[in-house]
Amino acid sequence: MTLAEISEILDALSIVSPEETDDVPFHSVCSADLMSDVLYYHAPNSLLITGLTQPHVIRTAEIAGIKAIVFVLNKKPDARTIELAQQKKIPLFSTPYCTYTASGKLYEAGLRSLRDA
Amino acid sequence: MKLGDIINDVSLDVKTCNVCLDSVITGAYVSDLLSDVMANAKDGNVWITLQTHLNIVAVASLKGVKGIIIVNSRRVDEAVLKKAEEEGVAIMVTPLSAFEVAGKVYQLLK
Amino acid sequence: MPLNIDGCIEGSYQLIGGNFATAGEASTCLKLKLTELGVAETIIRRASIATFEAEMNVIIYAAAGWLHYYITPHGIKIRIEDMGPGIEDIELAMQEGFSTAPEWVRELGWGAGMGLPNMKKNSDLFKIDTVVGEGTTVEMVINIP
Repeated sequence: MTLAEISEILDALSIVSPEETDDVPFHSVCSADLMSDVLYYHAPNSLLITGLTQPHVIRTAEIAGIKAIVFVLNKKPDARTIELAQQKKIPLFSTPYCTYTASGKLYEAGLRSLRDA
Repeated sequence: MKLGDIINDVSLDVKTCNVCLDSVITGAYVSDLLSDVMANAKDGNVWITLQTHLNIVAVASLKGVKGIIIVNSRRVDEAVLKKAEEEGVAIMVTPLSAFEVAGKVYQLLK
Repeated sequence: MPLNIDGCIEGSYQLIGGNFATAGEASTCLKLKLTELGVAETIIRRASIATFEAEMNVIIYAAAGWLHYYITPHGIKIRIEDMGPGIEDIELAMQEGFSTAPEWVRELGWGAGMGLPNMKKNSDLFKIDTVVGEGTTVEMVINIP
């Protein structure tokens, strides 16, 4: 599923847009607020759904190989987080839904969680 | 839908003893942050989280959350289970990730 | 495949406790360095996850610390030394889910008791030395086969 499709399902607002050339399809999603959860379990190239918006979330994403982040409940990151995401080329979105609903909608659309070995 | 039906349909492993599984569940909330759950979880929600800290029971109890689903097969301490039994909060464990449990519960409740 | 480098490339970063704004910067710098050297992606991933968790532990628990790295053709060694409280019971601390982190740290998404297990999971050699009241040193080796 492409970011454009994900964004539409989640009625999401784009905060940091993906590079035009970089439209890799997503197969795996990680819903988490605990950063070690992302680092411990999840396969690279996943989408992260989270309620945290601080810069260290972007760093976690970079280390874990997360390719895009959706913030829930209309949360908007601060300028530092946005700047870091632009620098690391990690697209950011904000959805009005909570993590449960956002996860439910993407699961319904066929996405799953792929685990790290 | 009753909590017991969700447990059966999603194959959750119930860790608490003598906690009523007949509560009606009207929705779910996924979060690992206690303050977020305090602010946003609703009465009748089942709570999906990776947190196994003792405080999850108090938060659930305060918010009228009748069940907590612990994901990724995380081990839950005896002290947490004992507190949950006292407070009447059911604790269930699943090997699934938060995303997948949320997905399955969402399908059941919609 | 061993790295095509002569001898050992080494360096260090200073870590400041409590500074969540720049937390993770040292690990991402190391990741970039490994990428430049042409280390395989799976090895970079393991090394950076292990380093990142160790760096976060210093940020969360210690006043300050150092991250030293040594890259040789056959492996990456990372040593993180901190001036922190030390760990009272290492066996307990190694258990998944055990944590002494205060609530405010949990609210930032850390302190879920996965840090040390995650470092161990991602390294081929994991060693931890700690003195309560003085600090902790973690040494990890990630092999380059």
